[in-house]
Amino acid sequence: MKQPIALSIEDLSFSYGGKKALDRVSFEIRSGECTLLLGPNGAGKSTLFSLITRLYDTREGRIELCGFDIKQQTSKALAKLGVVFQQTTLDMDLSVMQNLRYHTALHGMGRKQAMQRIQQELERLNMFDRRFERIRQLNGGHRRRVEIARALLHKPALLLLDEPTVGLDVPSRLAIVEYVHQLASEEKLAVLWASHLIDEVYPDDHLIVLHKGRIKANGTVDEVLKTTNTSMVKDAFYTLTQGEQA
Amino acid sequence: MTNQPGADLHLPEGRRAGQFCVNILHYWRAMWGIIGRELWRFVTQRERFISALVRPLVWLFVFAAGFRAALGLAITPPYETYILYEVYITPGLIGMIQLFNGMQSSLSMVYDREMGSMRILMVCPLPRWFLLLSKLLAGTGVSILQVYVFLAIAWFYDIHAPWQGYLWVLPTLMLSGLMLGALGLLLSSFIKQLENFAGVMNFVIFPMFFMSTALYPLWKMKESSVLLSKLAQYNPFSQAVELIRFALYGQFNQHAFVYTSVAFLVFMTAAIIGYNPSKGMMMRKGGA
Repeated sequence: MKQPIALSIEDLSFSYGGKKALDRVSFEIRSGECTLLLGPNGAGKSTLFSLITRLYDTREGRIELCGFDIKQQTSKALAKLGVVFQQTTLDMDLSVMQNLRYHTALHGMGRKQAMQRIQQELERLNMFDRRFERIRQLNGGHRRRVEIARALLHKPALLLLDEPTVGLDVPSRLAIVEYVHQLASEEKLAVLWASHLIDEVYPDDHLIVLHKGRIKANGTVDEVLKTTNTSMVKDAFYTLTQGEQA
Repeated sequence: MTNQPGADLHLPEGRRAGQFCVNILHYWRAMWGIIGRELWRFVTQRERFISALVRPLVWLFVFAAGFRAALGLAITPPYETYILYEVYITPGLIGMIQLFNGMQSSLSMVYDREMGSMRILMVCPLPRWFLLLSKLLAGTGVSILQVYVFLAIAWFYDIHAPWQGYLWVLPTLMLSGLMLGALGLLLSSFIKQLENFAGVMNFVIFPMFFMSTALYPLWKMKESSVLLSKLAQYNPFSQAVELIRFALYGQFNQHAFVYTSVAFLVFMTAAIIGYNPSKGMMMRKGGA
């Protein structure tokens, strides 16, 4: 049985002045699917994320989150969304708990429910014992874990991750990659993960290759390898982007 | 997780009245979340608290004391007797606290936007106008705290208003704080980078403060420059200061109230447009 569609993007285009950043982009992501969005710098990944999160206005095309149009039903659509931005968005001078409580307040959760959800998410990431520490005292990997926990507090249907492993050491990176894949398969969460690290792709993942604002490939890893007549994701990526660095 | 992803964490659909209450509760909690965060940050940032107080106190203890002899003040409403220059300047310094606080809030908005933490606020499922208004209320609350600490210190310096004045001034501080905060918000929607903020000091804060009735009454300004007195008269900061001045002496200045309210509405509407992804400056700047 097919899982419901969590994110639907239809004919999405966006320009900065005269420069086209996205050109008629269309794809869908279903619950339980981990979708890796690969693209070199300037491919349009960040623009796409800004449009999905409604930081930019959708002028051409349509974005729907769990059936809610991001432009017409913004609040309902955003309630279904959890986001981890590339840049840290935690308040460095507040504790882990204060940062998470702020998020639960913004999502309208009461104290009891908030504390319960914070405990659940932090325990899953082995961060509950550090809940009273200031963010400034945590290392990069732990900060990322807090951000992932925060993005999941309101039980979103879609988790957006914008290059969340940039600047992390290998063990932290692997732990996060593993955890997010687990969320997709076990919790049936839809994941859209922008990355430039090809080794973060798992064999069962859905793959979208974006290049110069256009989708060059969209399918399972096997399908993309078959279409490009390659045996490794790295080679497929180079073929699709004419050798540009991810 | 026991719930399905994306399942509604609140009441089931169909119970419209119940849903309405949940929505109100959501707004209420989010607003207090934003206000609580701002107050906590302010209280824990001791340097910010001290510097916010030192500025008007230096003006009161040094500038006003030196000017006392140079400036003679006639009896003008709301004052019923001759007053010392320190007494005259106190409402202006209250306005100064709120003006700087409004700009400080706007500075922190630009900083938050550069650092990315603004994005968390902007992607939460509430209308932007409400989020901005909550931010504004938080900033105004902080400025009122500062004003009352300043008034307490001024009281020990023998600057006394009638006790009712300390109560009457509260709603006017709310309005003036909102108006100056909304101006700050509006400016922050135009400012692309933190470095550009120095321009705000030169082109907004200083002209607004010096071309106002904070330091000299209008009639005194008119003696030296009619143009300057006209500019001061139409400066919304002057009207906010006069509103505070009258309220501190238990009087209501209707003209100043209407002027300040209209200025607040204009600045707030423009700020909301500025932060609207469809219409405002966010498109040009590349997001919040």
